[in-house]
Amino acid sequence: MTITESYPPPATVGSELPSVVDRASAARFVDEYVVPYADDYDRAGRVPEALLATIADAGLWAPFLPVEYGGSGVDMVALGEIHEEVGRGCSSVRSLLTVHTMVCWAVQRWGSRAQREHWLPRLARGAALGAFCLTEAQAGSDTSRIATTARRRDGAWVLNGGKKWITGGQRADVFLVFARTERGVGAFLVPREAPGVHVNPVTEVLGTRASLLGDVVLRDAVAGPDALLGPDGFASGMVMTGVLDLGRYSVAAGSVGIIQGCLDACASYTSQRSVSTGALRDLQLVRAKISDMVTDVRAGRLLYQRAGELRDAGDEDTLMATFVAKYFASRAAARHASEAVQIHGAIGCSPAHPVARYYRDAKVMEIIEGSSEIQQLTIAADAYRGVAAA
Amino acid sequence: MNEHIARQIREFITDRYPQTSISDDDDIFSLGFINSLFAMELVMFIERTFDISIPNTDLQIGHFRTVNAMKALVKSQVVVTSRA
Repeated sequence: MTITESYPPPATVGSELPSVVDRASAARFVDEYVVPYADDYDRAGRVPEALLATIADAGLWAPFLPVEYGGSGVDMVALGEIHEEVGRGCSSVRSLLTVHTMVCWAVQRWGSRAQREHWLPRLARGAALGAFCLTEAQAGSDTSRIATTARRRDGAWVLNGGKKWITGGQRADVFLVFARTERGVGAFLVPREAPGVHVNPVTEVLGTRASLLGDVVLRDAVAGPDALLGPDGFASGMVMTGVLDLGRYSVAAGSVGIIQGCLDACASYTSQRSVSTGALRDLQLVRAKISDMVTDVRAGRLLYQRAGELRDAGDEDTLMATFVAKYFASRAAARHASEAVQIHGAIGCSPAHPVARYYRDAKVMEIIEGSSEIQQLTIAADAYRGVAAA
Repeated sequence: MNEHIARQIREFITDRYPQTSISDDDDIFSLGFINSLFAMELVMFIERTFDISIPNTDLQIGHFRTVNAMKALVKSQVVVTSRA
């Protein structure tokens, strides 16, 4: 493993960074602090602490939170555009933002006043990082198989089980854990330092290699009496549904960022590289691939922005709009990242160029926050909702 | 007012499941189409349409079992909101 001298990025702790509140400010941040180092993060298999601190300095961890909690109050459309820009630079960083955003939103939407006042200021300024713990060894897309348990004991909640593939698990300070109670599946805020919480790093995965993946083991893990987030029983499923919806929204936006990254890389490379007949950019087959990237990046962007508008309006149609956006954008990202490698040829298969990273990261987008097949089942079920079977 | 609330809730359900015919006292959970996605849509619809925010303590199955139960929930929240 070779780490260039540029890794980690320049420390900015304590300095005054412009706040990231929209696409333009996000783009400036990403171009300065993420893009030049993203391949180094990928090779090192971790986003460095210095960048996590820089993200905090820029107010990028949770800009959608209200100002009273330390956020910037940006709307969901703007949040999507911010996550798209981060996704353009590095899907590992965007993945960390995604799960942190999911935890922040869950606390904001479902938390008690005490939970909000305790966690949100810390989460907003990055003093506490959040991770989302749903997947288990036998419970992936089928969450009905969740086996982790949470039981009341002496006034506290005691959790037992194992959560796998937890983005940010190596670094998170608080885990949003979904566990089976006597009344259903509940969501629990479990601090990393709680007794019985253990994290095993997961390394050398296909994509988003720097996202600090970990397996979280809960062995008689003792969370506080107020660890349960939101309603228990009937409505507890809504916590999971709502959090996953926001995760899908972020992944959709990040996938559009990957396509944009592929487009930028291909437009640049094909303008520099020549064959005997001239520049690669003048080959019609290359232009066909470029035109498809342009079309899909615009289509994907419109889809997630529409979902964001509906979410900002509190419109329930945002849920299906987000399914569609994530399905479209993640599939398109995987397709175009493959074409980007193809356009680059051998150099596209090397660590010397980011398209190899885009290719590996894009595949992950088709799996996380609900696989493409789950999106298909849900989207088709919606199409058939109003049609009676023969 | 009461019928207006009930009609909007009933129309939301039947718009999504046109083959379903429900009365205001039918248990919608017995109809077989309630999942967490629809439950979330239903809560978001009620909150948006009637401009209320349903607290966690009121997100109980009994409040969503029938159109009449949801109507009562809306009325109780409208009263709370107008008093606040």
